[in-house]
Amino acid sequence: MDLLEYQGKQLFARHGVPVPTGQPARTVEDAVAAAEAVGYPCAIKAQVQIGGRGKLGGIKIANTRAEAEEHSRAILGMDIRGLTVHELWIEGASQIDAEYYASVVFDRSAKAPLVMLSTKGGMDIEQVADEDPDAIATLHVDPLLGFQDFQGRRLAYEAGVAADVVRPVGAMLAKLYDVFVSEEATLVEVNPLIITPEREVKALDAKVTLDGNALFRHADNADLRDLSAEDPQERMAKERGLTYVKLDGNIGVLANGAGLSMSTLDVVAEAGGRPANFLDAGGGSRADAITSAVEVILSDDKVKAVLFNIFGGITRCDEVAKGLIEAFKQINPSVPFVVRLDGTNGEEGRQLLAEASLPNVHTESTMDGAAAKVVELAKAA
Amino acid sequence: MSILIDENTRLCTSGITGREGTFHSLRNREYGTQVVAGVTPGKGGQDVEGIPVFNTFHEAVAKEGANTAMIFVPPRFAADSILEAEDAGIELIICITEGIPAHDELRVYNTLKKNGRSRLIGPNCPGILSPGKASVGIIPASFFSQGNVGVVSRSGTLTYQIGNVLAQSGFGNSSIVGIGGDPVPGTDFIDVIGMFQEDDETELIVMCGEIGGDAEEQAADFIAEHVTKPVIGYIAGFTAPPGKTMGHAGAIVSGSKGTAAAKAEALEAKGVKVGRTPTQVAETAVSLLGK
Repeated sequence: MDLLEYQGKQLFARHGVPVPTGQPARTVEDAVAAAEAVGYPCAIKAQVQIGGRGKLGGIKIANTRAEAEEHSRAILGMDIRGLTVHELWIEGASQIDAEYYASVVFDRSAKAPLVMLSTKGGMDIEQVADEDPDAIATLHVDPLLGFQDFQGRRLAYEAGVAADVVRPVGAMLAKLYDVFVSEEATLVEVNPLIITPEREVKALDAKVTLDGNALFRHADNADLRDLSAEDPQERMAKERGLTYVKLDGNIGVLANGAGLSMSTLDVVAEAGGRPANFLDAGGGSRADAITSAVEVILSDDKVKAVLFNIFGGITRCDEVAKGLIEAFKQINPSVPFVVRLDGTNGEEGRQLLAEASLPNVHTESTMDGAAAKVVELAKAA
Repeated sequence: MSILIDENTRLCTSGITGREGTFHSLRNREYGTQVVAGVTPGKGGQDVEGIPVFNTFHEAVAKEGANTAMIFVPPRFAADSILEAEDAGIELIICITEGIPAHDELRVYNTLKKNGRSRLIGPNCPGILSPGKASVGIIPASFFSQGNVGVVSRSGTLTYQIGNVLAQSGFGNSSIVGIGGDPVPGTDFIDVIGMFQEDDETELIVMCGEIGGDAEEQAADFIAEHVTKPVIGYIAGFTAPPGKTMGHAGAIVSGSKGTAAAKAEALEAKGVKVGRTPTQVAETAVSLLGK
């Protein structure tokens, strides 16, 4: 779960990470009130989960009340790479002597947290990594031991930070590691981490990803979901307990299990089609879940044909067939369906579908055959 | 031969009194696996259709000689259950549970690694099947017969799909190992591929990967250096967009990293044949083993 900048900063503040003081706002009026409270000059920042918003006009400095109003009006509702700005964060403008980069990432390959520090802050870190990898100091932390003070000093020296801020920067890394562990994040990134003329170390930005599987231990964080960033179909699926990812094609796809679902999208693409979505109906798909899934798929009006690809293991194909028959009773879809049922109770499932003789439903016995058929139907539509 | 589980497996299920735990423990026993015990704290002394239930793994080991654990408890209790099984001296722990917090997995993985006593398979995996010998987990055993193809996979249903296509082409399996779809699997491709390389019965290895992480790339290097048997690869997720978790917690393309194309390329660069569809995997198997 990705947090907005200000949500990340609020988490930071709880763990003693210095951040500029500020307030969120959802209207121009609230934004002006926030600017008045924070004082001038202040920064008016679009809250969207995307990098590079400053260059696209999503961050502006206001020196007066009039400017605060003008900038808030301009930024609220603006489109930044496909995301609409619904929220602003207004904070006191910072004086910057130096811009660094700091992060703690969940390194799957090493199976340990990786802490990174660079004096090349304020730019795209992937680009720095490509062009000048030596500019980034990195080290792995033993998750059983935790972050040690010497590791903070070592990173600061290796990154080449100014001598007078070696210890404060090291201490900052320890705090960021604390956020990473205590909040069960999979990413904590600060870019830029700034040094002020008073030689204070501050997080000027915050990018935090929390582990959705750990939210049961963090009731406060569970409310931080950014609903405005979610696609309507994805939100509908989530509310129904389905795993759904929106894609940009016109063939609705449902399969059981994450791997088979991904594989089905690939086979459809291989056959010349473009999938409209990923939908994993789960390992033990039952009839009501199938009905829900059909509703979610068809709520995307780009969908011209639908493919069901089920290989029953724990899932029983007769259950899937019953779910589909039930769904047709409730919804009466206007697009053709191709249904491939194989594995546990495949015969019974295909039999049920044949008896129901649903309009515009084609059955296939292989994955490849089903993909070819659905692509043909989508093209004809 | 087979790997990891066989006739000598003595299984103890954690969460055996839950609906899923009961159902699958009994299915595993029906298949022929020795299911010798179950663990549910507070229910010690009961039994599940004749399988004795204990309060702790330690009792299950002391009284029934359990040497393999299957974890079926809900995600918030799973890490604790794995650590208990390890502490009790169980050598092989198979965790079916999906949705375990990533930091729990990190702690468990590093603890097991440091102690060096137990191997963890999973979490978020369908388990292991050694056809004709033993089944631990939820793999539908009826689709598979004994044979010479070893399969290792990050996904359950995809394994059944590919296994079924292989079976239709006349192949059986030495063992089928689901390593799971989470970001921190206890056992990786290279561990299992190494075991198949040593296993006399296995003549061909099929590995099913998916987007996310770099386990497939690591496997490619390992295969080039240590594996003489033919390996066929399959990667799911060529059409997956970046930044989206595709069902499995570990299946996510991060920036430009972890794409299916990069994994297929890494494997092919080391001489592994990669099928673009499950059907192509079977066709390649036929061409290599000549059925």
